[in-house]
Amino acid sequence: MPAPSLSLPARVAVRRRAPLPGLGLSLGLGLAWLGVVVLLPLAALAVRAAGLGPAGWLHALRDPRVRAALELSFSASLLAALIASLAGALVAWVVVRYRFPGRRLLDALVDLPFALPTAVAGISLTALYSANGWIGRWLAPYGIKVAYTPTGIVIALVFIGIPFAVRTLQPVLETLGREPEEAAASLGAGRFTTLRRVVLPELLPALLTGFALAFARAVGEYGSVIFIAGNLPYKTEIAPLLITIRLEEYDYDGAIAIAALLLVASFVCLLAINLVAARVTHGGRDD
Amino acid sequence: MTERAPRDPLDAPAWLRGLLIAAAVLVLLVLLVAPLAMVLGAAFAKGIGVWWAALREPDARAALRLTLFTAAIVIPVNAVFGLFTAWAVTRFEFRGKRVLLSLIDLPFAVSPVVAGLCLVLLFGAHGWFADWLAAHDLKILFARPGIVLATLFVTFPFVARELIPLMQQQGADEELAARSLGAGAWTMFRKVTLPNIKWGLLYGVLLCSARAMGEFGAVSVVSGHIRGLTNTLPLHIEILYNEFDSTAAFAVASLLAGLALVTLVVKFWLEARHPEALARTHRRPS
Repeated sequence: MPAPSLSLPARVAVRRRAPLPGLGLSLGLGLAWLGVVVLLPLAALAVRAAGLGPAGWLHALRDPRVRAALELSFSASLLAALIASLAGALVAWVVVRYRFPGRRLLDALVDLPFALPTAVAGISLTALYSANGWIGRWLAPYGIKVAYTPTGIVIALVFIGIPFAVRTLQPVLETLGREPEEAAASLGAGRFTTLRRVVLPELLPALLTGFALAFARAVGEYGSVIFIAGNLPYKTEIAPLLITIRLEEYDYDGAIAIAALLLVASFVCLLAINLVAARVTHGGRDD
Repeated sequence: MTERAPRDPLDAPAWLRGLLIAAAVLVLLVLLVAPLAMVLGAAFAKGIGVWWAALREPDARAALRLTLFTAAIVIPVNAVFGLFTAWAVTRFEFRGKRVLLSLIDLPFAVSPVVAGLCLVLLFGAHGWFADWLAAHDLKILFARPGIVLATLFVTFPFVARELIPLMQQQGADEELAARSLGAGAWTMFRKVTLPNIKWGLLYGVLLCSARAMGEFGAVSVVSGHIRGLTNTLPLHIEILYNEFDSTAAFAVASLLAGLALVTLVVKFWLEARHPEALARTHRRPS
């Protein structure tokens, strides 16, 4: 819908006489709600984590079971975010650059992991990849076990991560003009050189952002993983699951220590994303 | 996005294009379509009668009721506060706006289990508010209020995140015009703002609904898993699955998968009919 175009002086005059209403109300309510629903609970965790003291932290982190769970969570999430980024780049490229029947359907499907509840995804992936499942039965003869192994965890995390990779890359690909590529081609660059030296640098911030989002989500993911993981301590037990186990054992300090580490990881990811965004904005390509 | 002329020098050769398209289709078939098909296949594996019986079972109905109860509180509350927040962020300049935007995104990045634990630390037996709650004979943890609070936490960004880029794109010109013609705040909102953002709002509400009804990790920590009392649909699925009643688990799961499909279909339809209604190129995933 076309916006009515006001000339600049008229707009300035309007703004002076009748500014938009509701700054105090909307900002006040928004902040209050954010504070009560999100910040207060997180503050409780931060305060309790600080209260653990060096001895409490050492005790929690020396536990080999905790270390195994954290190692598994971080390594599986890294691998899954990497795979999701590659697969997501492929899907985004095909959906944006090529025209073929079913393209829009393919595009719409990408959002499925956002909409499908994690527990549903979890039991479904487990059934698919168990030894007699639709996919698992084709892998079993080759001795490939997916369900109840770290491989299964990675597959669940790739499922969760793919839309993040596609949806951050897609808008950048769409706004990427043809001119730089045409210029490179006209200067004699081969297709591969053009992709590597012209397209890839443009996409890199979005690729990194998608990777960080997928990783942040994967580290904390619970529902889709716990069914397919098998949850053997030291082997296939992820960190979020260990938090719930510690809670059930009334080991609050143990749960708080793991949770605080996961929270720090989330903050680092958000910070990295904002830094990438700030650098892109600084370069004059704010989108 | 316009149709390209044939024989474009930038286009890959036909064989390579076909290969890439086939690879992308295969990736999405194996990774995304197969799990969805599995849910529906397993849910109806023993016939529609067994499927219906699993949904009619009293515990399943109690879980459905609790899930709808939670959604009925969370969705309107989130929609209203999402609107207010989006209005403040897109129509005014103030210090700390970037920080506020990051804070709105925070629940996307925080593990649902961590969110649940935070609520335990506030309202649990040794929590900050434990004495006050005991004195007033209030129960939040292992009861409905805890489930609602956990769901509010994880769905916090959904509506705001859908509206902010859309309202930024649209700008305030139409609203300023309405004000200059003497419209009151409510008239301006009802006649100008709401019609402009209604499809984006609808999609935000749908995403929020799917997540609110499907939330598992955070609710699992605070619910206490009391069958028939504090089990939501996803928790009920877990119980059935762990009792090796996988047909019933998938039957209940098919309800939530249906909701997810509706969400996708509505979005598909919105993008086809009202391409300007969703801030597509600026949207960040939820």
